[in-house]
Amino acid sequence: MLLQTAVSAASQVHPLSGTIAEWVWLLPILPLAGFVINGLLSLTGAHFGPTDPTAAGDHHSGAAADAPASSHSEHSAEGDDQHAVKRHRWSGVVSVVGPGVLILSFLLALGIWQAMASAQPAAAFIQSYFSWMPVGDLRIDAAFQLDQLSMVMILVITGVGALIHVFSVGYMRDDPSYPRYFSYLNLFVFFMLVLVLGANYPVLFVGWEGVGLCSYLLIGFWFNEKANADAGKKAFIVNRIGDFGLLVAMFMLFANIGVLDFAGVSAKAVDLGAGSALVTTICLFMFLGCTGKSAQIPLYIWLPDAMAGPTPVSALIHAATMVTAGVYLIARSSFLFSLSPVASLTVAVVGAVTAIFAATIGLKQWDIKKVLAYSTISQLGYMFVGVGVGAYVSGMFHLVTHAFFKALLFLGSGSVIHAMHAAYHRTHSDEDAQDMRNMGGLKRYLPVTCVLMWIATLAISGIPPFSGFFSKDEILGSVFARAQGSTLASATWLGIPGSTLLYIIYAIGLAAAFLTAVYMTRMMLYTFHGPTRTGTEEEKALHEAPWIMTGPLVVLGILAVFGGWLNLPEVVTDIIPLGPRELLAHWLDPVVGEATTRITAGAAQAPAATEQMLIGAAVVIAVAGIVLAMARLKPDRLPRKRDAVPEHGFEGVVAHKYYVDEGIERTIVEPTYAVSRSFLWRVIDNGLIDGFFVNGSAALARGFGWVGSRLQTGNVGVYAWFLVVGVLVMLGAFTLR
Amino acid sequence: MLAESLALTAALFIIGVVGVLIHRNAIIIFMCVELMLTAVNLTFVAFSRFYGTAGQVFVVFVMTVSAAEAAVGLAIIIAIFRHRQTINLKDINLLKG
Amino acid sequence: MASFLDSIGYNLWVLPALLAIPLVGAVIVLLLPVRDPAATAAGVETPAARQVALWLFVLEFVVSIGLWWSFNPADTGWQAPIDIGWIPTWGVRFTLGVDGIALMMVLLTTFIMPLSVLGSWTSIRTKVRSYYALLLILTTGMLGVFLARDLFLFYVMWDVMLVPMYFIIGIWGGERRVYASMKFFIYTFLPSLLMLVAIIYLGLHAKTVTGTPDFSYDHLLAVGSLTERATLWLFGAFFLAFAVKVPIFPFHTWLPDAHVEAPTAGSVILAGIMLKMGTFGFLRFALPLFPGAAMNPTIRMIILILALIGIIYGALVAMVQPDFKKLVAYSSVSHLGFVMLGIFALTLQSVQGALMVMINHGISTGALFLLVGIIYERRHSRQIDSYGGIARVVPMFAAILTFVSLSSIGLPGTNGFVGEFLVLIGSFRTYPALTIIATTGVIFAAVYLLWALQRILFNPLDKAENEHLTDLNRRELALLVPLVVVIIWLGVYPAPVLRRMEGSAQLLVNRVERAGSLPQVSEAGR
Repeated sequence: MLLQTAVSAASQVHPLSGTIAEWVWLLPILPLAGFVINGLLSLTGAHFGPTDPTAAGDHHSGAAADAPASSHSEHSAEGDDQHAVKRHRWSGVVSVVGPGVLILSFLLALGIWQAMASAQPAAAFIQSYFSWMPVGDLRIDAAFQLDQLSMVMILVITGVGALIHVFSVGYMRDDPSYPRYFSYLNLFVFFMLVLVLGANYPVLFVGWEGVGLCSYLLIGFWFNEKANADAGKKAFIVNRIGDFGLLVAMFMLFANIGVLDFAGVSAKAVDLGAGSALVTTICLFMFLGCTGKSAQIPLYIWLPDAMAGPTPVSALIHAATMVTAGVYLIARSSFLFSLSPVASLTVAVVGAVTAIFAATIGLKQWDIKKVLAYSTISQLGYMFVGVGVGAYVSGMFHLVTHAFFKALLFLGSGSVIHAMHAAYHRTHSDEDAQDMRNMGGLKRYLPVTCVLMWIATLAISGIPPFSGFFSKDEILGSVFARAQGSTLASATWLGIPGSTLLYIIYAIGLAAAFLTAVYMTRMMLYTFHGPTRTGTEEEKALHEAPWIMTGPLVVLGILAVFGGWLNLPEVVTDIIPLGPRELLAHWLDPVVGEATTRITAGAAQAPAATEQMLIGAAVVIAVAGIVLAMARLKPDRLPRKRDAVPEHGFEGVVAHKYYVDEGIERTIVEPTYAVSRSFLWRVIDNGLIDGFFVNGSAALARGFGWVGSRLQTGNVGVYAWFLVVGVLVMLGAFTLR
Repeated sequence: MLAESLALTAALFIIGVVGVLIHRNAIIIFMCVELMLTAVNLTFVAFSRFYGTAGQVFVVFVMTVSAAEAAVGLAIIIAIFRHRQTINLKDINLLKG
Repeated sequence: MASFLDSIGYNLWVLPALLAIPLVGAVIVLLLPVRDPAATAAGVETPAARQVALWLFVLEFVVSIGLWWSFNPADTGWQAPIDIGWIPTWGVRFTLGVDGIALMMVLLTTFIMPLSVLGSWTSIRTKVRSYYALLLILTTGMLGVFLARDLFLFYVMWDVMLVPMYFIIGIWGGERRVYASMKFFIYTFLPSLLMLVAIIYLGLHAKTVTGTPDFSYDHLLAVGSLTERATLWLFGAFFLAFAVKVPIFPFHTWLPDAHVEAPTAGSVILAGIMLKMGTFGFLRFALPLFPGAAMNPTIRMIILILALIGIIYGALVAMVQPDFKKLVAYSSVSHLGFVMLGIFALTLQSVQGALMVMINHGISTGALFLLVGIIYERRHSRQIDSYGGIARVVPMFAAILTFVSLSSIGLPGTNGFVGEFLVLIGSFRTYPALTIIATTGVIFAAVYLLWALQRILFNPLDKAENEHLTDLNRRELALLVPLVVVIIWLGVYPAPVLRRMEGSAQLLVNRVERAGSLPQVSEAGR
């Protein structure tokens, strides 16, 4: 490790230098070390696991089958022999190393947070370690940047990450590839920390693609199922499309202002011209990257498939951290986005449309994880609405609270799936362990999980005083407030006045909140209430998860309840003195304050009465959603999956996710493939270039040779004729000249 | 005088050429070639009558070479005949391309 | 280190030594006594040959590695120069030297060669002595191309390199080896003859100026005074010779055949080193000698568009290949398209990036071919369909194949990213629209490699033949681990490499820009 603390350009010493913040490099290095250790263990141990499928088959039918099997997700019944393999020989070591490095990282992060809270730095603390790509005037350093924004992300990543790692110990311990699992998970945290710590766009990009890689590896963790491998690949490729946008944004930044580090870009961003087409283009390309990573329209299609990975992975990567990277990137680039009202409005519009679109699909999903996946897409849409309207704090706030309650929901569903697996494993049934039609009445068997998931459901639906209420309400409130007087309101977007657009977005946001309440209640009713549809024999194996899994759930439950205290709005504290107000807003002010002000353009805050009315409306809508779902849905009459009839009409279209995947497959994937194979390869390459030009010229040469060889009859008489004719021609030529 | 002798040699030469072209028997072709050589020899002699004796020197050379050629050629023809039981050139086309 | 090297007079003898060691080595290998294959280990005829060859290549690498320290990045002239008279009447001299560009190419060559010997260790069983002797002669040719400072010497080395590869493909290759080797030879030899004509013209043209024919690179650079028409024709001849070698679309069809049919080491050397000859030729000769033609906006645009087609087309065709070696071969077309884009965009960043892609492609694609060779030895199939799910059986192989593929895709943190990023960010300054299209290449790269990975490593393990594949042995690990280390090193800390190349790249950009009188390119690379 080349550690040379670069002397900061500014002559004055940063308040954080000399403190524990100097150790910021250790934050990602700890999980990296975990990756190396677990990775090596997974390679060395692999030789000792049985690979003989026949041996595995014997074990499968043996008496030991009641051991809780690895949570082999939905397709476990297709004769997969991994079930039978015993625990990995290094699982003890891995159980310590895997979560251990995360806990150490979290403790270090807490220490750094402490230092930062007391130092109150106004500028980012930048640590440059070495020069990464120095070419001419291009200077890219391997540098980390510690400021309030990255601190929030670090705490979420290491904190929620540590909880999920601990949960994973219980969830994955019996998997034969246990060390590999933890090595990927550790590697993910490493890249995620690089993403949020990077001091310039290229270093951020390292993390950005790195987390995509880990997502790919973890989605396809059980790679012997084609569906899982497909899902992983899809995630990577769709993300790459987004990354293309981010790359182009970087190129444009460098070509126009010659720097790529955040400090430099934020200083020179104004040179691009506020509201200019250039800055809008840059922002839009960058946002393309965000739509890929954060699963927004049009690149959201990978996230539902990503549920093929182990459930803790869905919680960590596809709910709490990685998918929020796009929100982080926009907050981080607020100095750019705030310059371009058009790009900001685009972000908000895409976010709002995604929020409602995904919520409608969520209404009709039966797979418990798919419901949560669409819910995540929808909630990410909310965050983009927040950062899109320049409410960067609200967007980040929702990011944090969402990390709490969505991680809780996913881990809770993991606990449910864990129990369902045990149930179906008992009878070797090949029923779908993730389908809600096979669940029902689980509150009797999983009381703790049930209570905690209800908390999360209330939080995500926006019921006070749970965390989601505050964050969601702040976003909606900001949208409403910015519809008058802000730079967004005075801009036009595709001919629509910004003000009108913002009101529409607000309405969509409310509608999506209603749908959120409906589909979440639906999920809870079908999973935990009504009669148990699992099967009489199977029911005996249903059980609450062990403490190592419920423990993290409880912690997340507490966070999901009290997360709102991070940023209590003034309008609430004025009425009920719950605690200090707008902590997060103050905390983030040094990073995003200027950009926020630029967007609001000094517009007056909506009057308190209006705000209270808005809050009231939001709560009424959320309660209405829950009540409606309770009243209309009948878990008692739900048929089991195998007895279910497919939906028809519009419901069928929604259940098939509007046939978007099929459409893309037909219109883009298959034609590209067909053209590449049938035209480019066969016709152009083999036919035209190779066949016609290359082998054609060879054939031409051979053809001339063949013509010449025809003259070579071998008959002396013919040669004599040639000779005589030749002589006569020559004589003639000479004499007649 | 010269014209007549040249006409004679030309006639001889053409007979030789035509013989080479139309016959298939290697021996006859061979003899026709000899005829052409003889025509050339006669030309040399005719010219030497008017332009000095150098032509006669050539005649001696040509006769020597044609004698050697006849020896080698006949030997080859005999070898071919022994090998293939024919000297019809239609049937001998080993060098066909 | 530098002072130690000075004390042994390193710079005085290193370059001729680098050319001589393999030549002498080839003779030694050929003189080894023949052994009966039945009596030797693993049925390899004359196993001593491979050991001698390996140690010779290790020696060569050790000798060459000193250049890393003895090279002075601040000096943009020739370093460790050698100048000996050769054919005085024609003005041909035996002159050698390294600059930043040649330095990295030489080190790449000497690094790849021992690995390719290890890669052939058990797969070459017959005519072993000739095989390793040819590899050694080939090395002299390749190093000669990179080191020559005289165009005549360059041409000689260019063809010296061609012949051994012809035999390596034609004798130890796969089923269609004769077709492939003939195609390779004629395809590359024909335009190189045109180049010879151009070189002779240049040498004789120098005579009209200085009175003696002169093939010295430096002198020819200084002579100039070619007519515009002559410049175009000469550039055309050089262009064809190099374009086939790169290969630029549509001159690429020899490549899939040659790569697929060549034995493992042949593919590794072809992809890892010989494809760099073309782009190296552009950098060293075609651009500096004929800046007027190369910077002609029309010609430049045509070449850039061909490069762009190469990037996209190579990737799309790679995507549908059923044969993994062919897939890698077409992916080379795509990668080399990035190199051409970088060279002809002509900013400091893009040229540096092009050089990085050249190095990276050598490392990553070389590693991919070695991996294909390893699995081919076990399963005797290159068809992607023959595999599936084998990550379970051969985890180490799977880990390394995944890693190398990711570097080829250009994942940040691996070498592949550094090169592509620099090419694109540099090219964007001069050709933004083309660069945006080229950037889509990063998407396609992910598509074809990940899809292939999935079909080889992942998916159900449904073929009985694959259930008992053995994982990497020690020799195979020994040859792959250095590549993995270099991939990470170049991805994380490429600055030392970039620093050593920067002077030469800057010199090239300045020289071509000045002489090419092209419309002023922003403030490219200052």
